[in-house]
Amino acid sequence: MADTQIFSGAFAEPVLAAQSVFRTVMDCMARPGTIGTIAATARPPQPLGVAAGAVALTLCDHDTPVWLTPQLARSKLPGWLSFHTGAPITGEKHEARFAFVEKEAVLPGFALFSPGTQEYPDRSATLVVEVDSFEDGRPLKLSGPGIRDEAVIAPQGLPDTFVALAEANRAMFPRGVDLILVAGDRVLCLPRTTVIKNREA
Amino acid sequence: MYVAVKGGEAAIANAHRLLADRRRGDRSLPSITIEQIVAQLGLAVDRVMAEASLYDRAIAALAIRQSRGDMIEAIFILRAYRTTLPRFGYSVPVETSRMLVERRVSATYKDLPGGQLLGPTFDYTHRLLDPSLLRDEQVEEPLQRDGEQEPVMRVSDILAGEGLVEGDGELPAGHVPGDLTREPLEFPMARDLRLQALARGDEGFLLSLAYSTQRGYGNNHPFVGEVRMGEVEVELDLPELGFAVSLGRIQVTECQMITQFKGSVKSPPQFTRGYGLVFGQNERKAMSMSLVDRALRTDEFEEDVVSPAQDEEFVISHSDNVQATGFVEHLKLPHYVDFQAELDLMRRMRREHDERSREEPGDDTLEAAQ
Amino acid sequence: MNAVPSELATYNFAYLDEQTKRMIRRTILKAIAIPGYQVPFASREMPMPYGWGTGGVQVTAAILGPEDVLKVIDQGADDTTNAVSIRAFFQKVANVAVTTKTREATIIQTRHRIPEEKLTAGQTLVYQVPIPEPLRFLEPRETETRKMHALEEYGLMHVKLYEDIARNGHIATTYSYPVKVEGRYVMSPSPTPKFDNPKMHMSEALQLFGAGREKRIYALPPFTDVVSLDFEDHPFEVQKFERPCALCGAENVYLDEVVLDDRGGRMFVCSDTDHCEDRRDHGHCGTMLAYGKAAAE
Repeated sequence: MADTQIFSGAFAEPVLAAQSVFRTVMDCMARPGTIGTIAATARPPQPLGVAAGAVALTLCDHDTPVWLTPQLARSKLPGWLSFHTGAPITGEKHEARFAFVEKEAVLPGFALFSPGTQEYPDRSATLVVEVDSFEDGRPLKLSGPGIRDEAVIAPQGLPDTFVALAEANRAMFPRGVDLILVAGDRVLCLPRTTVIKNREA
Repeated sequence: MYVAVKGGEAAIANAHRLLADRRRGDRSLPSITIEQIVAQLGLAVDRVMAEASLYDRAIAALAIRQSRGDMIEAIFILRAYRTTLPRFGYSVPVETSRMLVERRVSATYKDLPGGQLLGPTFDYTHRLLDPSLLRDEQVEEPLQRDGEQEPVMRVSDILAGEGLVEGDGELPAGHVPGDLTREPLEFPMARDLRLQALARGDEGFLLSLAYSTQRGYGNNHPFVGEVRMGEVEVELDLPELGFAVSLGRIQVTECQMITQFKGSVKSPPQFTRGYGLVFGQNERKAMSMSLVDRALRTDEFEEDVVSPAQDEEFVISHSDNVQATGFVEHLKLPHYVDFQAELDLMRRMRREHDERSREEPGDDTLEAAQ
Repeated sequence: MNAVPSELATYNFAYLDEQTKRMIRRTILKAIAIPGYQVPFASREMPMPYGWGTGGVQVTAAILGPEDVLKVIDQGADDTTNAVSIRAFFQKVANVAVTTKTREATIIQTRHRIPEEKLTAGQTLVYQVPIPEPLRFLEPRETETRKMHALEEYGLMHVKLYEDIARNGHIATTYSYPVKVEGRYVMSPSPTPKFDNPKMHMSEALQLFGAGREKRIYALPPFTDVVSLDFEDHPFEVQKFERPCALCGAENVYLDEVVLDDRGGRMFVCSDTDHCEDRRDHGHCGTMLAYGKAAAE
């Protein structure tokens, strides 16, 4: 039965798991560059990773239209999301409150998603992007709220255009999208306030 | 020696115990039952249900008993309970034209299809204290109408036949009715949300605002097209079945207030309507709501906002009595940290003031010194 | 018809239902991403009155987990009745560990004060906020103040503060003293005395602000630039107390004035009761305590 993939794989203890995942994400959002570990186990359909699945179960519901990459949209994921969270799937990027991008997929331009409005900058999308790993990538220098002086991260699997995309996003402040990067069961957040620069070697 | 006050926990527990004692009162009297409150204080129950936005007579009666008859407290208890209830779905709009009418009066027609039905109203009672109620009085059974009744046509439908009154209006395509108990408030509001806010707004506040529109604060010349009270069917659409199933009946009071309108660039001269719909039997609230609803439709009719009742932010932000009572009453919480800061500033400003008046003595003091 | 309610609903962990928690959690994440901006949220009816901490309670309920240690203060004190009541609420609905010790707490819910002890990285401070809009008393309309924030149009606030200076020679705002966050949003610190404003700047702890009745949540991530509004010729300054705490001898802390008798007798003691007790436990002694000890001996 192919559909077991849709009906299983949610949190065993939804209330406490959602709380624990949220706290990890909240701490990472408050301290950009900090890598957190998702303690609760979600098993979303391939090719979505476990941390991204846990974030979806924790934050998505009827009120949050979700955009998926073409490959995710063709997988069992839409059924899984709809069964466990009730979140509507949208094909329109600008309608999405959350977007999920699996490992090695093409990262769409941030500007295609809603950055909110000047009056309501909170009405913006959150992008959950899976990367290969948080180690050994090209080093990026982070600064901004939540970071004492500066932080350095080295995620592997982001496109070369990432720094330019982030800079354009930052320039729209207070509007802009927020990023949750995931790798395996780990998570790292880059809110719109974070200034991201290539670190000169 | 000063000792920091301890024992808040014990104080609270003792206060609750005393409160329970006061609520129960004289133990030699039987305690009042929920059934008695539902049956004999029905209008109090109705008001609590309406302003708590929860239709459940027994639970509303429990809240009234628990609150010792403090209506706003009862509304508050019921709302806090309502918040925790899961939502199964949204009913289809109730059809008040198919109401099982218990009362229906129109001020705009002498007689009309369905007739004028007074129903259980205080309207023509003489407000004389009734000594028979000091005892367990004998009450006659009410008279029942005989036979089939003719359909009770809505007055708005009668006027609509001539095209003289604005229609029910169309919601924009795809518009999902809002719910201000689930979404943050945003101004300006759509009328559906505004009506929801008014329906759960404080009866007294809306009454006063409605009254103000009659006294020149707002340009209303209203007629009660119709007030009707009775039972309506609540139905839920089940997509699996392809039709709506009935969940039961609820009692509501509906008021359609009709107002003359001279016309504008957008609309021809016609009668406009203000709408009121309230859980249970509560004409005062339904009528007040309809007057305020009409007053607030300034945008639609290109009217100037010149009076408090026309000011949406003012009316809606202050109509909720649970919010209002909480914030007014929170002033009795300790504020001594802020007061200390103010005290400090006041002393400083007073000192500076005294120094200034010493440095620049006025003419009187000069003369006195000489 | 059965008129008696047979069964009432039971409550979820931390009282709020999961859908509500998700909504508040999403709001908190956006609030953190836009420091100082007030995010509207669909505040729920809580079982305590509006104005008594429903915003703070909803924020705490949405973040709280079984491993947290909760401290609740009102006016700096753990034993004020509303603090006691809110603490008891969370013990009841979340069975959470509670403490009065600032440094043991992972979540501190507060009304009107920031603890004297420096907060650290693992901690979250949750403020109860009555009026989140710093511009509200200058402009009562939400539609207007929202535009002012959008356009970064804060002239009115400066005019108000400057009028104070013109009239009194100094700024006459002692609490709810407005701050500017990361050079962008003007924000209300809630009615804490301005004495506490500097503690918000570059704090190591995450600070969350919840306004239940007004349906707003806002946040300051750790290490965020928070500047109290002022003028070059009238720089921001905090209250100074002329004497130390009469119980623990602490200086540079916020003091409560306690009236001792009807002849003008007064003493000044720490508003932060935990800070005061901790100092006394470590042998610090103020004049009144010394006097009391001497009298006892």
